Amino acid sequence: MRCQRVFTAALALGLVMLPAVTARARGEDAPRGPVGPAFGGRALQALVDGIQFGVIIAITAVGLSLVFGTIHLINFAHGEFVTVGATFAFFLNASPAGPGWHLIPAAVAAVALGALLGAAVDRGVWRPLRARGTGLINLFIVTIGLSLLLRHIVLVLYGTRPGSYAQYDIQSAIGLGPVGITPRDLTVTVLAVLVLLGVAVLLQRTRTGTAVRAVSANRDLAEASGIDVRRVVLFVWMLGGGLAALGGVFFGLVETVTWDMGFKLLLMMFAGIILGGLGSAYGAMAGSLVIGVVAQMSTLWFPVDLQYAWALLVLIVVLLVRPQGILGRAERVG
Amino acid sequence: MDISVIVSDALRSGIGPIAAVYALAAMGLNLHFGYTGLLNFGQVGFMLVGGYGLAVTVATWGGPLWLGILAGLASAVVLALLLGLPTLRLRADYLAITTIAAGETLRLFYRSSWAEPVTGGVFGLQRFANEFYALSPIPRGTYGVWLVRFSARDLWVLTVGWTLVAVTGVLLALLVRSPWGRVVRAIREDETAARSLGKNVYACKMQSLVIGGVIGAAAGMLQAIQVQSVNPDSFDPAVTFFLYTLLVLGGAGRILGPVVGSVLFWFVLTFLDSALRQAIDAGYVSPELISTSEVGAVRFALVGLALILLVTFRPQGILGSRKEMLLSGR
Repeated sequence: MRCQRVFTAALALGLVMLPAVTARARGEDAPRGPVGPAFGGRALQALVDGIQFGVIIAITAVGLSLVFGTIHLINFAHGEFVTVGATFAFFLNASPAGPGWHLIPAAVAAVALGALLGAAVDRGVWRPLRARGTGLINLFIVTIGLSLLLRHIVLVLYGTRPGSYAQYDIQSAIGLGPVGITPRDLTVTVLAVLVLLGVAVLLQRTRTGTAVRAVSANRDLAEASGIDVRRVVLFVWMLGGGLAALGGVFFGLVETVTWDMGFKLLLMMFAGIILGGLGSAYGAMAGSLVIGVVAQMSTLWFPVDLQYAWALLVLIVVLLVRPQGILGRAERVG
Repeated sequence: MDISVIVSDALRSGIGPIAAVYALAAMGLNLHFGYTGLLNFGQVGFMLVGGYGLAVTVATWGGPLWLGILAGLASAVVLALLLGLPTLRLRADYLAITTIAAGETLRLFYRSSWAEPVTGGVFGLQRFANEFYALSPIPRGTYGVWLVRFSARDLWVLTVGWTLVAVTGVLLALLVRSPWGRVVRAIREDETAARSLGKNVYACKMQSLVIGGVIGAAAGMLQAIQVQSVNPDSFDPAVTFFLYTLLVLGGAGRILGPVVGSVLFWFVLTFLDSALRQAIDAGYVSPELISTSEVGAVRFALVGLALILLVTFRPQGILGSRKEMLLSGR
């Protein structure tokens, strides 16, 4: 069992590294490659960008996967948690109508709002509907409606114009050999990795985290052994909402804040969590990292506006070959 | 505020070409969701390949219209097979995720600069349906009764559109009353039971996905013909959610559900839209609160709210049966 875990983790790592290795291999035989001698450097740069993109997807995807793991609901409105976090931070930070806070307290407030939104969805939508006996398929449609509602409320309040935060907007890159990265992006990446490690510690070491894993593994057994499942579910929603909002602020920081950013990220999250294994938090992290790297590395050979399409290709291949994902339990999923 | 303008707008939209397009697309979705229990969140993808199949064949490659229609239908079959092969053996949620992702990815793909020589990129393709309008037997002029008036062009499109809806409705009614239809409904109720009776569940689901997808492609073509243009951004994922809203409103799992739903949906939506715009112009609603440019977004938000409330309080819609629509999935 343990041996298998190590193997799957190694496989995930291998998948992350594979594009880099092949890219380098292709870089060496430059005449056949599509571009000139600087290809190795560009590949390394794309890898760094991909890891940065991947950890941001991972932060947002963990909550989605945990919610699925505990209550088997796919929350199609999860992308909107991301947008709400990013735009709320924008309002506090850079909007002329807002109080003009520094980005750091604004981000903290956005995370709090994301957690509140998660709690509100659990208490206000999910729990009452479950009590009414609404079927799971119908609940999926409810989350679609919720996504449409939230997204267009954001559109009315925020508008269509892309925005940037007031701080850390324009920075010059620091060069590390062939790779350049701005201090902002480096900080975001490091922070995101730390947050992911924090979530892992939370899940592994704390009582609440253990309870979350117990509910994911077997809800009935967890309930029978005295775990308050409803509280655990509420916690998971709040954690997911807060992380999504944080991911939104990070994404808005390295790219721009737009009203439909969450929906675009949702596609990448889905690809990530299916690749990693639906319902597994670590799977979501590993899968998202792979998806981020694949999306960025694809720009070496293919047009930039198609980078999201490769995520879908990965998704379909995974469903064909290993539907439970790289870290998923080998159980019957169909 | 001019009530007659609002009512006229709403009536025109409720029986106009756009309602026919949505009714047709929702009929395909009804076969997926209402009869088979397949959670297809990417019906707009089928509309997109249908519309573009037609437009690309005629506008880019200079083929005749009938070939374009065949190409559109064929691409829907291919898309259904591509989506169904990996997902239909798995739980319902995998199909939902894959279809929503595929719909959006197709849109990005068709609007990318890479595909621009063929699909026209962000600009789309125009003027490919002249052959269709040349077939029109209706002389020029405007026609109508009471507040509702259509140009000869629109009248031709909506006649063809609603005829197509009627024919599809009859065919679907025959199909779901056939032995195949009973198997499909059994799959919706309990897939394991259907399988244990020796039915090939996978094949039936695949056939349902293909047929519903082809109907969706026909709707996409009708939409492309109606405006004589295809643009990737008119195939937004929100279209699918509109389809779900009107399907649940009319009643999923009923042949007439999508038709009733579409007419009512477009009537109410246009009524609200027109009334809101007039209220803003007349100063009843402060532009500070909602400006005219935000009316579109408010409309979408209301559709989202309506979808939530409908599924929660009346999942069977107007025509459906409640017992059939308490889908729990597996």
